[in-house]
Amino acid sequence: MTTPVAVIDYKAGNLTSVVKSLRHLGAEVTVTDSPEPLATAERIILPGVGHFAATRRLDETGLTPAIRAAIERGVPFLGICVGMQWLYAGSTEAPDQPGLGYLSETIERFPEGSEKVPHVGWNQIDASPKSRLLAGVESGEFAYFTHSWRAPITAATAATTNYIQPFASVVEDRNVFGVQFHPEKSGETGLKILKNFLELRPC
Amino acid sequence: MLTRRIIACLDVRDGRVVKGVQFVDLIDAGDPAELAHRHAQEGADEIVLLDITATHEGRKTLLETVRRTAKSLFVPFTVGGGIRTAEDAAAVFDAGADKVSINSAALADPDLIGQIGASFGAQAVIVAIDARRDHNSPDPVRNARVFTHGGRKDTGRTAVEWAREAESRGAGEILLTSMDSDGTRAGFDCELTAAVSSAVRIPVIASGGAGTVAHFADVFDAGHADAALAASIFHFGVSSARSLKQELAQLGIPVRLPC
Repeated sequence: MTTPVAVIDYKAGNLTSVVKSLRHLGAEVTVTDSPEPLATAERIILPGVGHFAATRRLDETGLTPAIRAAIERGVPFLGICVGMQWLYAGSTEAPDQPGLGYLSETIERFPEGSEKVPHVGWNQIDASPKSRLLAGVESGEFAYFTHSWRAPITAATAATTNYIQPFASVVEDRNVFGVQFHPEKSGETGLKILKNFLELRPC
Repeated sequence: MLTRRIIACLDVRDGRVVKGVQFVDLIDAGDPAELAHRHAQEGADEIVLLDITATHEGRKTLLETVRRTAKSLFVPFTVGGGIRTAEDAAAVFDAGADKVSINSAALADPDLIGQIGASFGAQAVIVAIDARRDHNSPDPVRNARVFTHGGRKDTGRTAVEWAREAESRGAGEILLTSMDSDGTRAGFDCELTAAVSSAVRIPVIASGGAGTVAHFADVFDAGHADAALAASIFHFGVSSARSLKQELAQLGIPVRLPC
């Protein structure tokens, strides 16, 4: 059985790796830059690299209300990197551009100090055992990160990662998920997380 | 903890992996897709494919090689060599690369860095710098000069200053090759790496000279490298990323150990 999944293309960065890894896992991938297919989508992934301001296109193309409606219907949603950050109220990277506001906090930049910003490379995730997205992922497994802004730790945090300070590397709230790292570039650990997303039952 | 990255580099000509020793004496070392997968399985954190083909026909071969290599590679994959325009970069991304490495084209047209970054994100743009110590200068390391065309052409710029400019123009990482060390297996140029790494806030990948585990430990410690790249050490069964990382871990270097 193949799992249908809609991958949102908002013209920010490269979708090739995400689509390739989902197809590798047997998913039936539909790439869309318009809201219509989301009305019947069974799972939605919002990838993202680059600048938070690029999410403006989601508002301009009507994707934002379509995603909001799908989430309200209980459709599993996974945001990757900037796609995760967009779930929040906004980001100091682009203060004039609101996020979805599903989570109420604001994304902020890593503080300046002796460590380099951006945070680039393989770092460990400390996973909550209750997480459905991280089923079978043990604490201490590695994922590939590349970002300068990060989410605060809250009740929705399903995994934390430490760089300069601990931050939320995975969020999970009902059927809404977000990962700060790139599961499509995180080897077997990343594939396991994507597979969990494709297989989990909406609650 | 953020780990230091070990990057396996495949130098490719006409669809086959070769390895230059100081940019000459090419030896055939195998199929790029096969070697990339083997390195990833053995724990390489990233794969870099550097195309050293000069011909137009070879470019088409490259895109096919990239597509084939990327197909089931689930670690970051960088492609460099011969990328001269934003269109060249787009074609390589479309074939499955996550990052591109640009070198002489960025020197000739520094706007290229921002152009690629605008479409694909800064994290996708690596500026590669080939540098050689300037022994005519009172400070040969800080004044190490940038060369192009396989070391034949002196750009008149210093590595430190060009790395800073590349960062300010939106490069995501710097790939710094010491032309003095490249191919010698006598160790990375740790002083040069430290000079560049401390001049920028973006990650610096050290390249050139890997021969032993101690060389990697040195470039991470003394060289402040965020990542280290090696080609020939991983070929011909000299050393695997797995054994390299296990030994580095014993030396106290944070690395991602393969399962």
